[in-house]
Amino acid sequence: MSHLKYIAQRVALMLLTLFIISLMCFILIRMLPPVPLPAGDPHTAVIEAKREALGYNKPYLVQFGIFLKGVLTRFDWGVSDKLYPGQEVAAIFFEKLPATMIVNLFSIILSIPIGISLGIFAALKKNTWIDHVISTVTMVAISVPSFVYAFLVQYFLAFKLGWFPFLFGSTIDGTPLGSISYFDPQFLWSMLPPILALSFGVIAGFTRTTRAELTEVLTSEFMLLARTKGLTKTQATVRHAMKNCMVVVLPSIFGEFIGILSGSLIIENIFSVPGVGELYLNSINGRDYPMFIMLTVFYTVIGLAAGIVVDISYGFIDPRIRVGSKK
Amino acid sequence: MSKFNTLNNTEHIPAEMFEFAQRDAVIHDKKLSTKSRGYFADAMIRFKKNKSSVVAAIIIGVLVLFAIITPIASPYTLDNKDNVFINMPPFIPYFANQGSSFFGGARTMDLSQTMLDNIKAIQQETGRNPLLKIKETKTVEVIKRGQKVKEYYYTADVCAFYNVGVRTLVMSYEEYEKIQRWQDETGIQVLYPVVNSDDIKGITDSPNIWYKVKDQKGTPALDKDGNLVPAYCTEKRLEGPVEYTSKRIAGDNGSYIYSLAKSGAVQCRVDYYNYYRYLNGGNEPFFIFGTNSLGQDLMTAIGIGARFSLIFAVLVSAINLTIGAFYGAIQGFYGGAVDLVLDRIADVLSSVPFIVTATLFQLHLAQKVGTVVSFLFAFVLTGWIGMAALTRKQFYRFKNQEFVYAAKTLGASDWRLMFKHIFPNSLGTIVTSCALVIPGVISSETNLTYLGIVNLSEMSGTTIGVLMSQGQAAMTSSPHVIFFPAIFISLLIISFNLFGNGLRDAFNPSTRGVDD
Repeated sequence: MSHLKYIAQRVALMLLTLFIISLMCFILIRMLPPVPLPAGDPHTAVIEAKREALGYNKPYLVQFGIFLKGVLTRFDWGVSDKLYPGQEVAAIFFEKLPATMIVNLFSIILSIPIGISLGIFAALKKNTWIDHVISTVTMVAISVPSFVYAFLVQYFLAFKLGWFPFLFGSTIDGTPLGSISYFDPQFLWSMLPPILALSFGVIAGFTRTTRAELTEVLTSEFMLLARTKGLTKTQATVRHAMKNCMVVVLPSIFGEFIGILSGSLIIENIFSVPGVGELYLNSINGRDYPMFIMLTVFYTVIGLAAGIVVDISYGFIDPRIRVGSKK
Repeated sequence: MSKFNTLNNTEHIPAEMFEFAQRDAVIHDKKLSTKSRGYFADAMIRFKKNKSSVVAAIIIGVLVLFAIITPIASPYTLDNKDNVFINMPPFIPYFANQGSSFFGGARTMDLSQTMLDNIKAIQQETGRNPLLKIKETKTVEVIKRGQKVKEYYYTADVCAFYNVGVRTLVMSYEEYEKIQRWQDETGIQVLYPVVNSDDIKGITDSPNIWYKVKDQKGTPALDKDGNLVPAYCTEKRLEGPVEYTSKRIAGDNGSYIYSLAKSGAVQCRVDYYNYYRYLNGGNEPFFIFGTNSLGQDLMTAIGIGARFSLIFAVLVSAINLTIGAFYGAIQGFYGGAVDLVLDRIADVLSSVPFIVTATLFQLHLAQKVGTVVSFLFAFVLTGWIGMAALTRKQFYRFKNQEFVYAAKTLGASDWRLMFKHIFPNSLGTIVTSCALVIPGVISSETNLTYLGIVNLSEMSGTTIGVLMSQGQAAMTSSPHVIFFPAIFISLLIISFNLFGNGLRDAFNPSTRGVDD
C-alpha cells in the first residue's frame, strides 16, 4: 500500500512541477511579440480568429487559463502560425511523432542486447585485456558527441562504401522514396544510418551500467555463499548475480524507453528524419510559437515521466528498495 | 625544606626554583622517519598511478596550448576570408611542390583526357604543377562515327590550390595599376594576357584555356611538335584604357594585351595563386588544416573556437560551482523546511529541458545582453543544481561530526561553521566533479551551436559546433572540413572525461590502497 502512496505522491508532485514549468514557459513565450501575419493570406483570418479566441490581448494568466482549458477539455493546442499556417498544432505533432519513435525504438532494440552482453562479458572478464578494451571503448563512445557519429556513419558507410542512403527516406542513389511506410524494406534500410548513429552512445551507456553493477555484485558475499553451497560459476552468475544486477539495469531501460519519444535533435537534423526534433528546430527558426509551446510541454513531460518511471520501477523490481516501505 | 613551609606563598615562586623535568630524559617517542603526506598529496600519488588519466591530462594540456597558441601565432585571423580558396584541403606549398599528396592540397579527381590536358596547360602557363599523382588510368573503347576510338580516363590527386590556375576578374583601373606596380616590385606575375573567346571556339567559362582548341569541349589543337599553340589576344582595340607597362610573360613580344575594356573597368586574367599573394602581402597560402566554407584558415578557426569553448566551459563551471556550493551549503546545513523548499525549487528548475531553457534565453535576452551572455545565463540557470546536490550531500555527512560540534561550542557562527569547517572537507569531491562538468558544458555548447539554436555570428568568433555545421554541408567533397573539428572536440571531451574519472578515483578515499 505504501508503495502505491509513494507513487501517488510522486505523480502529484510531477503534475505540480509540470504545471509550474508550463506556466513559466507559456508566459515567457507569449511575452515574445507575436509573429506578424501576411496580409491577404487566406490563413491569416483563421489564425487571427484563433488568437482572438485564445485571448492574445488579455493578461497572461487569463491567457494561460484559456490555454489550459483548451488543452484539457478539447486537446486544443492552438494553430500553427508560420510553419503550417492555420493547421492544428497537435495534428502536425502526431504526424511527426511516429518517425522519431520508430527510429529511436529500433535504436534501443539494437542497443539493449549488445550493450548488456558487452557489459556482462566485461564484468566476467574483469581486469583482463578484454575488459580493458571494452571499458576503454565504452568510455570513448560515451564521450564522443552524437554528431560525430552521424558524420562517421554518413561519410564512411553511406558515402564511401555506399551501403546506406545518405538521408532518411531515400534510396541509395538519393531519390526520395515518397510516402513514409515503415514496413517497406527499402525504407527500413534508409532508417539504419540514423539508428546506428544513435545507438553507439546508448550501447556504451548500457555497457557501462551493466559492467559497473555486475562487477560489484560479483564480489558480494552472497555470491561466495552461492559458490560455497555448490552452484557452478554459471549457475551462480545467472541465478544470483544477474538478478541483482538487473535491479539497476532494468530501470535505465525503462527510462530509455520513455526517452525515445523525445529523440535526438541532432540526429534528426543531420539525417533529415521528419520527426519531432526537426519540428522543434523548425518551430524555433520559424518563430512558430504555438508549436514551440506544445513541444516545450512535451519535452518537459518526457523528462519528468522518465525520471518517475525509473524511480518507481526500482520499487517494483526490488522490494528491498521501496521508498514508502521504510515506516 | 623550610622553603616550602609557607604554602600560601605559591603565587610567588622564584624562577630559579623551576627545573626542566625532561632535559636529560630520553624521549621514547619515535620520530616520524617518513615525510607526512596530506590529503591532496595522497590523491596526487594515486592519480599518477592511473596511466590513462595522466595521458588524458597531457592531451588536455596540448589542446589547451593549441587553443592559446594558434590564434596568436597563425598569420590568419577569421577576417581573412577568401572566396575562391573555400573548403580547400590541407596545403603547405613545400609539399605540393614536391608532388606529395600529403599536405599538398590534394583532392582526388576523376579526369578525362581533356581535363588532364587542361591541367598540364595550367602548369605550362603558371609554372606550378597541379598534378600530384596519377593513381589509375582507365582505357575505354567507344565507337565514334562508326570507328573504334580509345578514350583515356584517369584518377589522379590534384593540388586544389594550383588547379585554380587563372581566373577572370573584373577590376577598377586603380586596382589594375596597383597590381602592375606590385608585379614590378616583386617580380611575381599576376596578370596574364587575356584570351578572346572568339579565338577559342567561343568557350567563355574556362579561363584556363589559353591555347588553340579543336572543339567546344576544349580539346587542344597541337602544332607539329605536339605543343600547345597560344591563343592570347593581340587586338589592341579591345584593350582597356589603362596601359600595361609591367612584366610580360615569356614568349610575349609585346603584342599581347593584358586587359579587356569593360565599361568603367577592365577584365583581366589573373593567376589566382599569385593574386592571393598580392592580396595577402606576398605570403603564399599556408593552410595546415585546409580552409572552411568561408575560406578561413581552418586551424585558426579551430583554435579560436576551442578557446571560446574552453573559456566558456571554465566560466560556466566556476559560476555554477559557486552558486551550487552556496545553495547546497545552506540546504545541507539548515536541513528541514529550508532544505525541502530549496529542494523543490531546484527540482522544478532541473525539470525544464535544457534545450528549452537555451532557446528561451536566446529569444528573450540575446538582443538585450548579447548572445554569449544569454547563452551563459542559460547554462547557469540549471547548471548549478548538480553541484548543489553534491554539496548538500557532503554537508549532511559532515555537519554532525565532533569537530563541528566543537567549533559550535566555541561560539563559531553558522557562516564560519559552513565555510571554515565543513566546506573544506567536501572540497575534494566538489572540485573533482567540476572536472566532469567541463566536458558536459563543452558538449552541450557544441551541440547547440551546431544546431544553430544559439547563433554566435554576431560575436565575430566561431565555435567548434559552428565549424562542424559548416563542414556538414560539404562533407562529401571536402570531408576534412568536418573531420578536423570533429577530431578536436572528440579528443577534448574524451580526455576531460578520462581526466575527471581519474581525479574522482584519486580523491575518493574508499579506493585508497586498492589496486586493481
